[in-house]
Amino acid sequence: MSNAEKMLDIKDLSVVYKTDLETVYAVNGVTLSLEKGATLGLVGETGAGKTTLALTLMRLLPERTGKVTSGSITFEGENIIDLPEAQMRKIRGDKIAMIFQDPMTSLNPVLTVGEQIAEALLVHNEVGRSKEEIEARVDETLTLVGIPPARKREYPHQFSGGMRQRVVIAIALSCEPDLLIADEPTTALDVTIQAQVLMMIRDLRDRLGTSMIMITHDLGIVAQTCDNVAVMYAGEIIELGTAEDIFAHTMHHPYTDGLFASLPNLKSKTARLQPITGLMPDPTNLPKGCKFAPRCSRCMEICKEVPPEVYTEGTHSIRCHLFHQSKEN
Amino acid sequence: MAKNSTRPVVATLDGEDINFKRPSQTKEILRRLRKNKGAMIGLFLLICIVLVVIFADFIAPYEAGVVQVAENKLAPMSPEHPLGCDSYGRDVLSRLVHGARNSLLVAVAASISSCLFGCTLGAIAGYFGGKIDMLIMRALDIFMSIPDLLFTMVVVAALSSSIPVLIIAMTLAYFTNYVRLVRSGVLNLVDQEYVEAARAGGSSSARIIISHIIPNTLGIILVNVTLNVSSLVIYQSTLSFIGLSLPAPAPEWGSMLSSARVDMMRAPLLVVFPALAIVLTAFSVNLLGDGLRDAMDPRLKN
Repeated sequence: MSNAEKMLDIKDLSVVYKTDLETVYAVNGVTLSLEKGATLGLVGETGAGKTTLALTLMRLLPERTGKVTSGSITFEGENIIDLPEAQMRKIRGDKIAMIFQDPMTSLNPVLTVGEQIAEALLVHNEVGRSKEEIEARVDETLTLVGIPPARKREYPHQFSGGMRQRVVIAIALSCEPDLLIADEPTTALDVTIQAQVLMMIRDLRDRLGTSMIMITHDLGIVAQTCDNVAVMYAGEIIELGTAEDIFAHTMHHPYTDGLFASLPNLKSKTARLQPITGLMPDPTNLPKGCKFAPRCSRCMEICKEVPPEVYTEGTHSIRCHLFHQSKEN
Repeated sequence: MAKNSTRPVVATLDGEDINFKRPSQTKEILRRLRKNKGAMIGLFLLICIVLVVIFADFIAPYEAGVVQVAENKLAPMSPEHPLGCDSYGRDVLSRLVHGARNSLLVAVAASISSCLFGCTLGAIAGYFGGKIDMLIMRALDIFMSIPDLLFTMVVVAALSSSIPVLIIAMTLAYFTNYVRLVRSGVLNLVDQEYVEAARAGGSSSARIIISHIIPNTLGIILVNVTLNVSSLVIYQSTLSFIGLSLPAPAPEWGSMLSSARVDMMRAPLLVVFPALAIVLTAFSVNLLGDGLRDAMDPRLKN
């Protein structure tokens, strides 16, 4: 990975939510990078910090509570953590766009679909497009996601869930962003529509050459769409690699193993699935050693005391004590 | 995967764009408004009242309502004085018609200005929250702790009575409702995902308030405006009833009521006409406002 190709470079990013009563450690020292045109899958349980990471990238953390405590996010050569709000607004929607999780709530019920797609275009109208040109672009975007442009005068309630998600995607794509963050874009949809929407996202990404961060807890989606995969647990990236590293390789973080074991497999016959026992640690009070140690079946003494270092092998890196030990032996 | 493919993601069976013809937004609202009988009655009455206001000079001469004629004192209905004369010998019809001008102008202007002022403050308080919210709401508490009438009296007494002063005084008495109403609406809305989505699209706070939050609270605002127009018509009558409105000879519904009260036993109709005018105006505005709210809500469509 040469530096020139990196469009997004996150270094040692930590984010907390601070209230009067407690401090929630949502993201802890995440280091990630993304090349132009590549897709990164961000996998993890609910509460692992995936959405917080995405919101931090957009600088949309809740103002009064969410704070970045350390690290940097370099997007196209600029550290966006220090950018003034006015400049950040120019990036949002234009350079980095986000597809939201729930199409039922992320569209404004009193504005027509066309007006909502046109909004980002109007806000980022540096080239001085005329009204007609914006309308034409709205039509074009709608066609792109497979909705007849004539429906742009309709309101969100006149669309089905799958169609609404297309509208949400159309909004994100309207300005042709360099980076698209898809925050569980299919969780609110049923399976057949899921497949359609995923196909479409993948198709559009390839056609427009957009980089993408796909946040999901569905490993199937990751296998279908992503070049690189990062597994998140309790605010840390515990395993990072190419899709082959994660899906084909045998060496894994025990948590990733657990994730795969809890999925039904078509080929082997199992009577029961094996869930990972226990719950995520309380993010206000994280274990001092490895964050996964309390639930880990291969937990050792050192895991409870010392946070593990990253073990790297080619493109594949794992944050676990197990592999450091095997290397020493 | 094939790049640069031109295949549409979803194609219709014959490969053509399906044509959805929809009537325009305004036509649609008007169509639904027309179906609402109550609203149409309200609209009709309101148009009549507005026509009276515009053509007041053709219906009855202004002088007849201001100049006192001793021999006409409490004159009964007659061809020259269709609604009779009051205790000063002034023509009731011309007072009523010209009074509509003063009463309605002040009421409508005050409700519009109190709406604009209150909504702006409420939206700012709800959207930004924190210290700004605190400051606005506590100032509002102080405003609300002073009785409306007392407050208006102080303002009118300090600035002397004229139409602009009346409008300001009534605005200050009525804008508090809007602040609280809009603020609570906004508090519900700022957490909505589409507001976050708009922010993710790069929209500024002002834009989000104007294009996302205000349209969503428009329903309640609109109903409140119409309720307020009617209560302001009544409030203005109250003010002129206690003599706080325009100086003496100027015709006004409220002052007509208060002067007619003295002769209520001898000429009961003198009370009825201005009272009827106040009630009819309030009623028609209410009806229309209710209908408009229903017609403008896109969620009630189809």
